[in-house]
Amino acid sequence: MISVQHKDFDQNEEYEQLVCAGASGAIVTFVGRVRDFANNNKSFELQHYPGMTENVLEAIEQEATKRWSLLSSKIIHRVGKLKINDQIVFIGTSSAHRRDAFAACEYMIDILKTQAPFWKKQGGDWVAAQHSDQEAAQSWLKG
Amino acid sequence: MNPSITILYFASLGESLGVSEELFQLERTDTTIDDVKAELSQRGSQWQQQLSSPSLQCALNQKVADSTIRLTAGDELAFFPPVTGG
Repeated sequence: MISVQHKDFDQNEEYEQLVCAGASGAIVTFVGRVRDFANNNKSFELQHYPGMTENVLEAIEQEATKRWSLLSSKIIHRVGKLKINDQIVFIGTSSAHRRDAFAACEYMIDILKTQAPFWKKQGGDWVAAQHSDQEAAQSWLKG
Repeated sequence: MNPSITILYFASLGESLGVSEELFQLERTDTTIDDVKAELSQRGSQWQQQLSSPSLQCALNQKVADSTIRLTAGDELAFFPPVTGG
């Protein structure tokens, strides 16, 4: 499941929803938070491309489900005005064994960071894309 | 009236061009995304500079697209800088 939303999320609630009783041997969750990029506590905003964003997130989740044996997964990404230390993104995976859950979770955040149309703005400055993020995504896509 | 497409400009790109969305008339039936970029580039140095950036990305009808693709009436074309979510 995917969700693009303004409101915050509750990690415990999401964790509970990932559990498939009796089958989930492993749950992996990742939470991305707003850092104080410029160390000046300025306003923070996330813009996105409505429609395309949801499509890309769904495609990422589907690809992860093809590559690994998952029982359940969830991607949440917040948009709009946020503050330093706010939660931005949640990725959760549930599988019988840990390797599938770990790998799928890492894959989804790595691909999201380079393909999902979101843009961060702190104060008056748009945050620059990181080359290291491109490399991380490429390592999955090379196969 | 010629058929038109919608062009969207996101994030730093939209901000520096001062526009986030516009209707764009297709002069010919074989207009490609590259043709649109060339025409937009004639609007001034800012446009020329932004649209020739090697990091510029584009999507057609909400899917990442190759700039040699031909456009048809009603298409939604989007230009944006590299994404920075997550």
